[in-house]
Amino acid sequence: MSRRRVVITGMGWVTPLGDDLESVWQRLLAGESGIAKTTLFDASTFPTTFSAEVKEFDLAKYLGPEDAARHKHCNRNAGFALAAVKMAWDAAGLSGATKLDSTRIGIYLGSGEGPIDFDNFVAAAVKGWDREANGGRGDLDARKWCEVASQRLNAITEFEQDPNMAAGHIACQFNIEGPTFNTLTACAASTQAIGEATNLIRRGDADVVVSGGTHSMIHPFGVTGFNRLTALSTRNDSCITASRPFDRTRDGFVLGEGAGILILEEYEHAKARNAPMLAEITGYGSTADAFRITDIHEDGRGGIAAMRLALADAGLEPKDIHYISAHGTGTEENDKIESKAIQGVFGEWATKVPVSSVKSMLGHLIAAAGAVELITCVLAIRDGILPPTMNYSTPDPNCPLDYVPNKARKAEVKTALSNSFGFGGQNDTLVVTKVTME
Amino acid sequence: MAPRRVVITGLGLVTPIGIGAEAVWNALLEKKSGVTRISAFDPSRFQSQVGGQIAGLSTSNAIPKPYRKSIRVMARDIEIAVVAAYEAVKDAGLKTRCMVERGECDGEPNVDPTRFGANIGAGLICADLNELAGALATATDENGEFDIRKWGSDGMNNLTPLWLLKFLPNMLSCHVTIVHDAQAPSNTITCAEASSHLAIGEAFRTIARGAADICICGGAESKINPMGLMRQELLRRLSTARNDDPARACRPFDAARDGTVISEGGGLLILEELEHAKARGAKIYCEVVGFGASSNAHSWSEPHPEGRGITLAIRKALDDAGLQPDNIGLIGAFGSGTVPHDRSEARGIRAVFGDRTAKIPTLAIKGSLGNNGAGSGAIDLSVAVMCLKNQTIPPAVNLEQMDPECGLNVVQGNPVDAPIDAVVSVAYALGGGQNAALVLKKI
Repeated sequence: MSRRRVVITGMGWVTPLGDDLESVWQRLLAGESGIAKTTLFDASTFPTTFSAEVKEFDLAKYLGPEDAARHKHCNRNAGFALAAVKMAWDAAGLSGATKLDSTRIGIYLGSGEGPIDFDNFVAAAVKGWDREANGGRGDLDARKWCEVASQRLNAITEFEQDPNMAAGHIACQFNIEGPTFNTLTACAASTQAIGEATNLIRRGDADVVVSGGTHSMIHPFGVTGFNRLTALSTRNDSCITASRPFDRTRDGFVLGEGAGILILEEYEHAKARNAPMLAEITGYGSTADAFRITDIHEDGRGGIAAMRLALADAGLEPKDIHYISAHGTGTEENDKIESKAIQGVFGEWATKVPVSSVKSMLGHLIAAAGAVELITCVLAIRDGILPPTMNYSTPDPNCPLDYVPNKARKAEVKTALSNSFGFGGQNDTLVVTKVTME
Repeated sequence: MAPRRVVITGLGLVTPIGIGAEAVWNALLEKKSGVTRISAFDPSRFQSQVGGQIAGLSTSNAIPKPYRKSIRVMARDIEIAVVAAYEAVKDAGLKTRCMVERGECDGEPNVDPTRFGANIGAGLICADLNELAGALATATDENGEFDIRKWGSDGMNNLTPLWLLKFLPNMLSCHVTIVHDAQAPSNTITCAEASSHLAIGEAFRTIARGAADICICGGAESKINPMGLMRQELLRRLSTARNDDPARACRPFDAARDGTVISEGGGLLILEELEHAKARGAKIYCEVVGFGASSNAHSWSEPHPEGRGITLAIRKALDDAGLQPDNIGLIGAFGSGTVPHDRSEARGIRAVFGDRTAKIPTLAIKGSLGNNGAGSGAIDLSVAVMCLKNQTIPPAVNLEQMDPECGLNVVQGNPVDAPIDAVVSVAYALGGGQNAALVLKKI
């Protein structure tokens, strides 16, 4: 028996460049940037003062006032996800579908944890800190902390922080009772989610899976964490050009936020209800570096293995790939090693296959990045045009590939490959292909 | 081609009643409790002051010596996972990089790293308040109020550069895969108390489809910190009536229960393709034959009154195993100890097993352990494996009178010997609506 085919029948996103599938795509092709000064909190003295924020988000715009009120306590991640699912669900024609079996619809998300209730958390922490204790080194006074925290923290905000809550809201809003997972493998999460969702359908555990990712780390502790790791660009005087994947003058990634959702569906199920078939997921590969939590293996070992597994899963050769959507974060290390890994897999073909990174415009959406990037691959296949890598001005001898610099390019794309690599050595690759009808 | 069969060849447990599967099993037979008054911090201002704490966690003895410096970037959850991994690998007789470098076995590793995967459940890891509060307190104005501008310019520099990496949920898996050199698919499931079952189910599928031959899988979490306790307390999930009698506080399915108890712990299991296990002469505990998962579509915050999602997950797991409810000799309940969750779970189970529910022995161990969060399911499942192996079921401590609304046949009093051919083990997220079930079978 041949294996069950998995097609994409709907897509939706909430990004720093907007939420409408087509207009965001046009803005990406035009090389626009979603990066600006951070407004979600006062980042003016942080090493990095800018980010790629989602502007003026209002859940009621997508769900209507009544349903939005039902989800009014959900955090930024879950809100983005609900909006993106709604757009994908409608695009897939599922809203009017009457014969859906809710137990055969699953969810496989890569949702991040919700932001900490910052002001209240910090107030309790500061008031609970006893400077004199521990011989003047200070210590937490748990009694004092408890008194303040129990007054200032509230149950719902705490409850909604769990990374599985986005899936919980989605299941209720769209009446989904099938297998439900949330994976959180850092920056690889939504690519991993889509790959695993593909396997759920292939195996027959579900016919439809809502998959993708959602994340916002544009909050004081998120930026603190990445700034302390010196992972972020600090090009504060020119933030629009700060995200410079593969450029020699790159100095780190730019933090973004948003959600990308794809409706994955078994081919015959989609065909039977005349659903749009936007592309087919043909390959998935997942590996661990098992090297270091801070550094990528210098040979790109894990990335090479993930890409090879994805190609083998798709039954394709390197020359069958017409476009690579790179992880391309704009950090010194990632871009160098990802380029090396692509060369390791593609050999001579490496310089012929175009590679680009939309993170140059959207920033890095962390857990949501892979899903948003896979959507751009599907659109590149559909329209025969590749999104550019913006801000590319100075070639880096360590990055010798064709990065589609600064300008979108027409190209026939039958098959695209998308990489996501996470902190700690998580590597995931997907292959998407133009649908051939049986 | 016949489907690849998946067996369990190693158990690694790190719990408040012991470290290692044998130690935990013996403690359960002896009806020990790991729940005490919390000593990790002063709980006296909290409403619930009891918890399950692990004594004597020695991470440095579970990793190669050169890796010891990494302990400082491990949250407690990660340390539990790293120790559980060591226990599991040792129990399975695998010669991984860790065991060779530690000098615990001769020669080269006998595991192909590219065929060795990981699938580990994690919770929402709480920031270490001792570290973070001290740093935040450096960024205050003259009135002692926090000043974010001071934090951005100076205060944050009081945190170690790798601070963020302590709390990323995928770091459980990352440290474990680095220590033991596991390069095949590595996944991290974050669905609260359902995480372990979902992770083990995913590992089962990963091996069955041929993407790996061995997976280390399960979960770990620690809620034994002020923030972890506060979050559960705000949600009103905790027992508050027995602060002066901690060992009796957590009472799953008992008519007098008043909430769950925070805890810490985890379990990692070695899942292995049957032929691979046979070829290396591995000890085989049992076979994983079924996995089912579901979502509650009615509420993300309350358990379903009829436990519908639990019913769906169990039925799918039984279908997957090709078994009927009549084939099940032991039900491994989650039994969190809250009034509504236990009732929801019991109803979900009864919908599957009908009148037979009262006859099937049922396992509920959280009275001894408290709620181990994302690590719970792996501990539950490992104990179910031991039941299958020993054909014995340890009693639920603190179960004195079964809540008539629950009506399960939970073993109480003394251990019971019973012929068990197949087990179903259940887990659900207390919040979020995810449910999962796994079916194990004697081989």
